[in-house]
Amino acid sequence: MSRTRKVATTAALLAGVLALSACSTNREEASGGGGGTCDTSKGTLVIGFIAPLSGSLSALGLGMKNSTDLAVNQANQACKVPGYRLALQAEDDQGTAQIAGQAATKLASDPNVVGVVGTLNSSTAQAAAPILAQKKIVEISPANTNPALTQGDNYATAPNRPNATYFRTATTDAIQGPFAAQFLVQKQGKKNIAVIDDGKTYGAGLAAQFAAEAQKLGATIVTQAKVGEKDTDFSGVITQVRAANPDAVYYGGEYPVAGPLSKQLADAGLNIPLMGGDGIVDATYTQLGGREGDFATNVGAPPEQLPSAKAFIDAYAAAGYPEPYSAYGALTYDAANVIIDGLSKAVGNGTFSDATRDGLISAVQATNLQGATGAISFDQFGDTTNKQLTVYSVQGGSFKPLETGTYTAS
Amino acid sequence: MSTFLSQIANGLMFGSLIALIAIGYTMVYGIITLINFAHGEIFMVGAYGGLATLTYWVPTAVVAQWYFALPIALVAGALVAMLVAIAMERFAYRPLRNAPRLAPLITALGVSVALQEAVRVFYPGATAAIPFPPLFLDGAFVIPIGDGVVIRYTGVLLIVVSLALAFALERFVERTRLGRAMRATSQDRDVARLMGIDPDRVIVLTFAIGGALAGVAGVLYGSYLNNINIDMGFQNGIFAFTAAVLGGIGNIRGAVVGGLVIGLVRALGGQYLPGGTAYDYVWIFVVLIIVLVFRPQGFFGESERVRA
Repeated sequence: MSRTRKVATTAALLAGVLALSACSTNREEASGGGGGTCDTSKGTLVIGFIAPLSGSLSALGLGMKNSTDLAVNQANQACKVPGYRLALQAEDDQGTAQIAGQAATKLASDPNVVGVVGTLNSSTAQAAAPILAQKKIVEISPANTNPALTQGDNYATAPNRPNATYFRTATTDAIQGPFAAQFLVQKQGKKNIAVIDDGKTYGAGLAAQFAAEAQKLGATIVTQAKVGEKDTDFSGVITQVRAANPDAVYYGGEYPVAGPLSKQLADAGLNIPLMGGDGIVDATYTQLGGREGDFATNVGAPPEQLPSAKAFIDAYAAAGYPEPYSAYGALTYDAANVIIDGLSKAVGNGTFSDATRDGLISAVQATNLQGATGAISFDQFGDTTNKQLTVYSVQGGSFKPLETGTYTAS
Repeated sequence: MSTFLSQIANGLMFGSLIALIAIGYTMVYGIITLINFAHGEIFMVGAYGGLATLTYWVPTAVVAQWYFALPIALVAGALVAMLVAIAMERFAYRPLRNAPRLAPLITALGVSVALQEAVRVFYPGATAAIPFPPLFLDGAFVIPIGDGVVIRYTGVLLIVVSLALAFALERFVERTRLGRAMRATSQDRDVARLMGIDPDRVIVLTFAIGGALAGVAGVLYGSYLNNINIDMGFQNGIFAFTAAVLGGIGNIRGAVVGGLVIGLVRALGGQYLPGGTAYDYVWIFVVLIIVLVFRPQGFFGESERVRA
C-alpha cells in the first residue's frame, strides 16, 4: 500500500519536473525594452526568431538574435507601430530541420506572432517556411541561400515560388556559387579543383552551382566527395583528394567542418587553398583549423565598409551584447526592420487582426527601404534585389574582405 | 597503391581509437552484463578534462613543450574520466545492482544525456567545438611509394599508445591476482564472493580501468583532430559499441580487433565501394549485420553461457 503510494508520488513528481523543464528550456524570454513613452494600449505583438542558439553554429545564430533584438528595441523606442509594444521571441533550432519545424509550429500557434526572422540554415527553412505560410506569418531570412526556397525545386528551368510569405535579404547560391567560381578560376587561375560538400540542402546546392560554373569557365573538377555534417576525421576524403592532385578545394558547407578540413588538408601535405561560401565566414573558422590564404564568399558587402551600416554597428556596440554580430548581423537587422516597417504600414492606426496579415505580406513585398546593407526591395519570388557579394580571404588569422562585386553571367 | 596504403593507415588510426573506447564497453559487460551506453561520454569528459588541465592549470610555457604537455594531458584526462566513471558506478549503477536488467540500461542512457548536458552547460564555450592544442610533433612523414603515403606523427602516437595499453591490459587480466579476481567475478559473482573476492571492489576497478582508457582515448582524439565537441562521445561511442559486439562482447582482444576492423572497413569502403565517403558509415553496419548473421557471438565471443 504505502509502496504503491510512494511510487505514484515519485512518478507525479517526476512528471511535474519534466513538464517544468520542458517549459523552461529553449525559450528565451521576450526582451522588453523601452516603450516607456509610447502608447502601448492595444497590447503586444511578437516578432518570432528561429536560428541555432546552441550547438556548433551558435556563433552565427547568437549574432543574428542580438541584431533582431536591437531592431525590436529601437522600434519600441521610436513608437514604430502605434498602440503596440513589440516583443522578440527567440527559438533555438539547433541547426536541425526537425527542431526548426517544432519551433515554427510553436510560433505559428501564437496569434500574436506577426512575423519571423530566420532561419540560418537552408535545410531548417525548408521545414519552417511551409508551417509559417499556413498561418500567413511573414518569414524573412537573412542567411538562407538555397535557390529552391524562393523559386521552387525546378528553379533553373521553371521557377515557381512555393511560399508567398517567405522572403530573404540574402542573395542565392545560384549567384554565390558562380561568383565564387569566377573568382577562383579566372582571378586565381585554379584549373583543377576538388569539390567537397556536406550533403545538406545548402552545402550540396552551393557546391553544385559552383562546379557547373567552374566547368563552364574551363576548369576541371578532379574529384567530388561528401563528408558528414558531424564528421571530424576527414582522412579518407583527403586521401581521395590527394590522389586527384588538385590546386584548390571548394567546400559547400559550414565552418564546423570546413575549419578542421582545411587543417587536415595541410597535415596531409596539401598546401592548397580551401574556398567556401557564406557558411564558413565566422571568427571561429581559423580557431578550428582554417588556414591563411583560404577564401570564402559572403552575401552582401562587408558592413564595416558600408557607410549605411555605420549606425547599426554603433548601435550594436552601444547596446553591449556579449557576442559579436557576426556574418549575418546587418542582414538580420535589415530583415527585422522590413517586418517592423511592413507592420507599421499594415496596421496604421487600426488594430492587428488576422485580416491584417495579407496587408503585411503585400507591404513586405512592396518594401522600399534604406537598410544597413543598402537599398532593400524584393523581386516577384521574394528574393532580394541586392545581388552584391564579397570575396574574403584569411589574412592574419581572420577573414578580411578582398573584393565586392555583383555577379554577371559570363 | 599509395592510395590503398594511405587508406589502410587512416583505417588503423581511426580503428585503434575506437578499440581503446571499445575495451571499456566490453570489460563492463564482461563483469556485470551491462551495456554501459554512457561510456562514450566518459571518453568525451576525458578529452575536456585534459583540455581544462592544459588551459587553466598548466602554465602556457609548459604546454608549448609537447613532451611536458602530452603526459600531463594524458594523465589528467585519464584521471578525470576515471573519477567520473567511478562516481557513475557508485551513484547510478550500484543502487540498481539487483534490479531487472532493463533498469541499469535505461539509467545508462540517462547518465549519458546528463554528462553531455553537464559539460555543455558548465564548460566555458562548450556549446560549440573547442580547439585542442597539438600534443605531439606536428607534421607527418612520407613513405615514398607512388604519390607518397603521408602518415601523421599524431596518428602513429594514437596507434602505438592504443595497442600498448590494450596489450598491457590483456597481460594484467591474464597474469595478476586482481586480473584473476576480475575473471572470476565475470564467470560467477557469487562463487567469487565465496572465494574471498569482494565483487564491488572488482566492479569499481573495472569501471576505473575502462574510464582511464577512454580518457586517454579522448585526449589522443583531441590532439589528433585539433578540436573537440560534446557530440564526440555519442558518435564514437556507437562505433565502439559496434566494435565490442563485432569482436565478441566481454572479450578484450575482440574489442581491439573489432575496432581495427571498423576503422579499415570505413576507410576502404569510403574509397572503393559505390557511394564513396557519403556511405562509409553504412559499410560498418553492413559488416556488423553480416558477422552477426553467421557468428552471433562475434569474432572471439563464446556462445552464450548458461547462467545459474
